[in-house]
Amino acid sequence: MRNVTMRTYLLLAALPLLAVQAVHAAASEAAHIEREEWSFSGIKGRYDKNQLQRGFQVYQAVCSNCHGLSRIYFRNLVQPGGPEFPEDAVKALAASWANKITDGPDDAGKMFERAPRLPDPIRGPFKNEQEARATFNGAYPPDLSVMAKARNLEYHGSWFGHPGSMLKDIATGYQEGGADYIHALLVNYKDQPPAYLRDEMGKLISASDADAADKTKKAERCVSIVHSEDGKPDTCNKLGEGMNYNAAFPGGQIAMVQPLGDGSVTYQNGPDGKPVAPLTMDQYSRDVTAFLMWTADPSLNTRKSIGWQVMLYLLITTVLLYLGKKRIWSKVEH
Amino acid sequence: MAHNESSYQPKSRFAKWWDERLPVARMMHGQFVEFPTPRNLNYMWTFGGILMFCLAAQIVTGVVLAMHFTPSAAEAFNSVQHIKRDVNYGWMIQAFHAVGASMFFVAVYLHIFRGLYYGSYKAPREVLWILGVLIFLAMMATAFLGYALPWGQMSFWGVTVITNLFSSLNEIIPGMGTGIVEWLWGGYAVTGVTLNRFFSLHYLLPFVIAGLVILHIWALHVAGQNNPTGLDVKAKSDTVPMYPFAIAKDAVGMFVFLLLFAWFVFFMPDYLGHADNFTPANPLVTPPHIVPEWYFLPFYAILRAIPSKLGGVVAMVSAVLILLFVPWLDTSRVRSAKYRPWYKLAFWAFVFTCVALGWLGSKPAEQPYVFWSQFFTLAYFAFFLIALPVLGLIETPRTLPRSISESVLGSGSGMPVGAAASPEKR
Repeated sequence: MRNVTMRTYLLLAALPLLAVQAVHAAASEAAHIEREEWSFSGIKGRYDKNQLQRGFQVYQAVCSNCHGLSRIYFRNLVQPGGPEFPEDAVKALAASWANKITDGPDDAGKMFERAPRLPDPIRGPFKNEQEARATFNGAYPPDLSVMAKARNLEYHGSWFGHPGSMLKDIATGYQEGGADYIHALLVNYKDQPPAYLRDEMGKLISASDADAADKTKKAERCVSIVHSEDGKPDTCNKLGEGMNYNAAFPGGQIAMVQPLGDGSVTYQNGPDGKPVAPLTMDQYSRDVTAFLMWTADPSLNTRKSIGWQVMLYLLITTVLLYLGKKRIWSKVEH
Repeated sequence: MAHNESSYQPKSRFAKWWDERLPVARMMHGQFVEFPTPRNLNYMWTFGGILMFCLAAQIVTGVVLAMHFTPSAAEAFNSVQHIKRDVNYGWMIQAFHAVGASMFFVAVYLHIFRGLYYGSYKAPREVLWILGVLIFLAMMATAFLGYALPWGQMSFWGVTVITNLFSSLNEIIPGMGTGIVEWLWGGYAVTGVTLNRFFSLHYLLPFVIAGLVILHIWALHVAGQNNPTGLDVKAKSDTVPMYPFAIAKDAVGMFVFLLLFAWFVFFMPDYLGHADNFTPANPLVTPPHIVPEWYFLPFYAILRAIPSKLGGVVAMVSAVLILLFVPWLDTSRVRSAKYRPWYKLAFWAFVFTCVALGWLGSKPAEQPYVFWSQFFTLAYFAFFLIALPVLGLIETPRTLPRSISESVLGSGSGMPVGAAASPEKR
């Protein structure tokens, strides 16, 4: 009861907040997402041009069928610090891009469609959100331009470990939570939600594979479960119609079907006649995640290299100022 | 500021002509060159200068950002992305401004804690302290308004939550709260109208802060600086001229601070913000949990600790305003915690309380966080309402040195106090 009063005071507008409380509880059940090693990790990391090129290839072959990338312009694909494709190749790419640009009005006052050019954004296949939702049964494939910055990992450790963990993140320059999340999302699709068995109190307990297969045990498949506190049975959230189970997604169910699988994109062959990178789901996921990190943070390479120059300048100046201060104060007890 | 006479000598005929008409150089020389600063100031006294830098940097970067920013609901988010991607060095200017807000609060909190530890609020510095609290209030308002401008999810919902707090006034006079909220919003919901006025006020308030800062420095230069012993300056030998001594120390402190500043700007510009703010504002989708920026978290924890909307608002506002009364809540005649063993303990417990409240403010409003928020809210107010008045009455302070010079030179130096007065002597 007190909990309810606690919440009601919060604000008028937070009524929707109550609705997401359940989602929040379920989200904490989601798989613990591991941090990955990225070429752009930490204070020294930089984008790997080749990986960004492969990542763009995955975006083009798979993601672009539904998702736009409208904050990235074709010209950005040429610029330093990104995939750095040759300009001619990008011009040709833009000219043949499936999703056209609506331009105009022309001299007759009509809007017309034309192929994108270098200064045009990389559009998705839909003119607007409504068209996308109409196509996908109400779901909306969001623009991916800043997705790698719009997601993050939550801290799951003990309360007393939290300050130390924060200080460590600051000291190591950890900024890759969004990338870690996207990668986890792309590789954590499962055929069906995990199985649970109910005990006599109605609590849901993870079932072993054997129990799940045993029809007499009546295992329940839950995308997420909500534990009840006051002796009532736990709630099992079933997979919704047309939804897919994903262990990394908050709430466990996602409208997007599994986009990547082993061999779904063909990388070109290197000089040794073998593909430049393994044709596996894990590799595609890492490549496209790196690419999306670049679309969200295209100045990372410049930023970090200028950063080191700035730090060096400040460090030397600090030492000089300190020596100067020592000398100035050397005749004064203080 | 006639307190300190200036020995300024104009060096050219023009300078002399000017000095007779507007003696700015004379004043600056008196206040920022010859100005006597206690010789025992430690690095905690460098934050005043650092905060002036922070204000100036926020204004300069902010003015440039305003040249490229579009304060409309449709374009605000896009224009911030435009600044980061297409404006020359926009990624650096934007990061400098966003990180700068956090750094401003890092410095101001250390500055306030310094004041509390060394009793810098006690007579004759009450007005100086109160001006400081007003600056802090104006800073909080400016930071809150500024956080709305990128118009991401956390901007939008932060504005919604905080402006809605005023509706709690309906519990006092029905309709008053709603009236105020709608007046703030400029409509019946948080919209682009709200964003536009927030932008206008966000541009205005820094200049109000600048005005308050001038008064703050004026009051400082009338009363003179406090120092780690908390003793009054009794003789010229207790002080050194501001230039080069204090300036040299300030410069070191400032550059160490800049190292931290630059670390965030260049290596983790988005670490101090929230990922949800990279999703454009959407009135139909509420983020899973709405949290303010880190520097408001202790106050947010206090707000949520009280199981009544109006009570929470009153507690949160009181938590800031109580600082105004600190000069009269503290009954001790000794300024510095250095000589107050019990107060020193209470002070560090208070620091821990603030950090704990900050951590709790970042957690969802559920148990056990709510209980601990209530516990530390009590501890927060107990520091001001119990520790400050009571400790001054029951505590036996340690023996104070007779003067700043004595504390610096020590009694074991063999030199008679006062004889070692010359700062040039070693």
